[in-house]
Amino acid sequence: MKFFRRNPIDLLFSAITGIASVSVVVLIIGIFIALIRESLPAIDRFGVINFILTVDWDPVAEVFGALSTLLGTAITTALSLAFAIPIAIGIAIFVTEISPNFLKGPIGTAIELLAAIPSIIYGMWGLFTLAPIMEEYIEPFLQSTIGKLPLIGLLFQGTPMGIDLLTASLILSIMIIPFTASVARDSFKLTPPIVKESAYAVGATKWEVVKDVVLPYSKLGVFGGVVLSLGRAIGETMAVAFVLGNNHEIPRSLFDAAATITVSLANEFTEADTDIYLSSLYYLALILFVLSFITLATAKFFLLKAEKRYHR
Amino acid sequence: MVKRATIGIFSVLFLLLMVLGVFAAETINGAGATFPYPVYAAWAWQYKKETGIRLNYQSIGSGGGVRQIINRTVDFGASDAPVKPEDLEKHKLYQFPAVIGGVVPVVNIKGVKPGQLRLDGITMCDIFLGKITSWSDKRIKDLNPGLKLPDKKITVVRRSDGSGTTAIFTTYLSEVCPEWKNKVGAGKAVRWPTGIGGKGNEGVANYVKRKKYSIGYVEFAYAKQNRLTYIKLKNRAGRFVEPNFSSFQAAAASGDFDPEKHFYLWLTNAPGDNAWPISGATFILLASEQKESNIKTVRFFDWAFSNGDEIAKKLVYVPLPESLKEKIRGYWKQRGIY
Repeated sequence: MKFFRRNPIDLLFSAITGIASVSVVVLIIGIFIALIRESLPAIDRFGVINFILTVDWDPVAEVFGALSTLLGTAITTALSLAFAIPIAIGIAIFVTEISPNFLKGPIGTAIELLAAIPSIIYGMWGLFTLAPIMEEYIEPFLQSTIGKLPLIGLLFQGTPMGIDLLTASLILSIMIIPFTASVARDSFKLTPPIVKESAYAVGATKWEVVKDVVLPYSKLGVFGGVVLSLGRAIGETMAVAFVLGNNHEIPRSLFDAAATITVSLANEFTEADTDIYLSSLYYLALILFVLSFITLATAKFFLLKAEKRYHR
Repeated sequence: MVKRATIGIFSVLFLLLMVLGVFAAETINGAGATFPYPVYAAWAWQYKKETGIRLNYQSIGSGGGVRQIINRTVDFGASDAPVKPEDLEKHKLYQFPAVIGGVVPVVNIKGVKPGQLRLDGITMCDIFLGKITSWSDKRIKDLNPGLKLPDKKITVVRRSDGSGTTAIFTTYLSEVCPEWKNKVGAGKAVRWPTGIGGKGNEGVANYVKRKKYSIGYVEFAYAKQNRLTYIKLKNRAGRFVEPNFSSFQAAAASGDFDPEKHFYLWLTNAPGDNAWPISGATFILLASEQKESNIKTVRFFDWAFSNGDEIAKKLVYVPLPESLKEKIRGYWKQRGIY
């Protein structure tokens, strides 16, 4: 009852903040309902399992399936995380433990600037600058070196075009590095100095301090940063829309054009002319929504579990 | 002091809203195709200067334009593909063409200048089907005696996004090539048998410019402004024509636009002697019962037909031929909106 005894301004303030918070929940539920409603015709026609396992994406014949886009999303996300995590953690270690003080400011600002660049600019840069470089130098080089190895070499088959999974993943990784790096940096900073100093006092080297003190202390925070980047990578649209080619086929090599859910939506939404076509695009969006939700929920679950263990 | 300032700001905002409200009465709202957006915007600017009436056009894509006019949320919709007469009747819509556009195949072959390479429909179809894979293929050589063609693999470049350009191009291929019709079909997005995808005209143009021995297709305006290496194409009359204003207008003039069918027509493979075979009109859709707003919209397009040709040409759009404009005016008159 304390709530009602406050003065009117306070009450109004509480009401406003309360409405603001509730509106987010209402909005999310509203979006979810709208997505389901719009995708009902496609769900009706193609089913759930069948839609997910079908490769065909043929607007003329009105046959739609999500497998190629799901695969594309999974591959680009995984690959970009694989590129980004080591670099981001390296940056964070350098900034907190190794770099001289006068460098910390500029490097930190540079990373934050990288995060502030709008994704469409990454997309244009990718198409006009990175793709030609990949096509002419990097991809032929990879083909003539790693591409000669057995098994792994299969990933580097085909004519390098610059518009492919590798280029898209590379751009994605550049985009998510700042997120991972700044979260990792902040959690490294939380390591109590006294613990580090004790380690140095007993003769530990820098490498040993990072490996045995800082990293174990902050692995939760780093994991949080990785999850954040994963969410960003799954949903990123404009940066990859230009450099992935929107090719609805199962990719056979990293040099193949492919499609992700977001790339298909960005490329096809405006001109989807038949109802079932539009509905199938909504269906893809619904799947993306559910995927992001599951990813975040799983991450939260593990984080909470780890936190509990940590505090005991 | 602060309070007074707040009141001041609010009253200014209020006044602004009132003024905007007055203007809103003099605004025509349209939405749809992205391709004609620059010319509609240029016409609207000039029209506002002359009459004070604003035209607000949102280029949300043809699909969205058709949906918006069906739901009656705009004064007119715009679509790059004609809507079928039976669908128009079902949703009680009127339709007429506004401006001509077209698609130009462009190539990047060392030593081949704009307008030098000659192709016909069936050969181009087989290139885009992936059946002809080399520039030195006998069928290409037979069409181009005297032109030195390298023994290099052809790279096909096509659109990755859904677009009216692709719709016109694939409609043409379906018309001249039965195998294309059966295997791929026509549409704004199709299942391409081969090639790499670029997003938008700029994506395709960028690829063709960079990738040696490639072929792609772009909007006429885009090819012209970027000086891409266009080809000569054999039309239905058996002549090799270049893509330019007169060949597009020849296509439009020879097309049988029928007011009875609400001008439903794909201009592809038009019969005229000098007609460029991959042309198409972009269309305006009206809701038949919105009489008052239709009169306003029609007045705008009537003004554009009379005064807008130069503006359109400057932006590399092909104005409708006079005969077609008269047909459209008759169509309006018949429906009491002109």
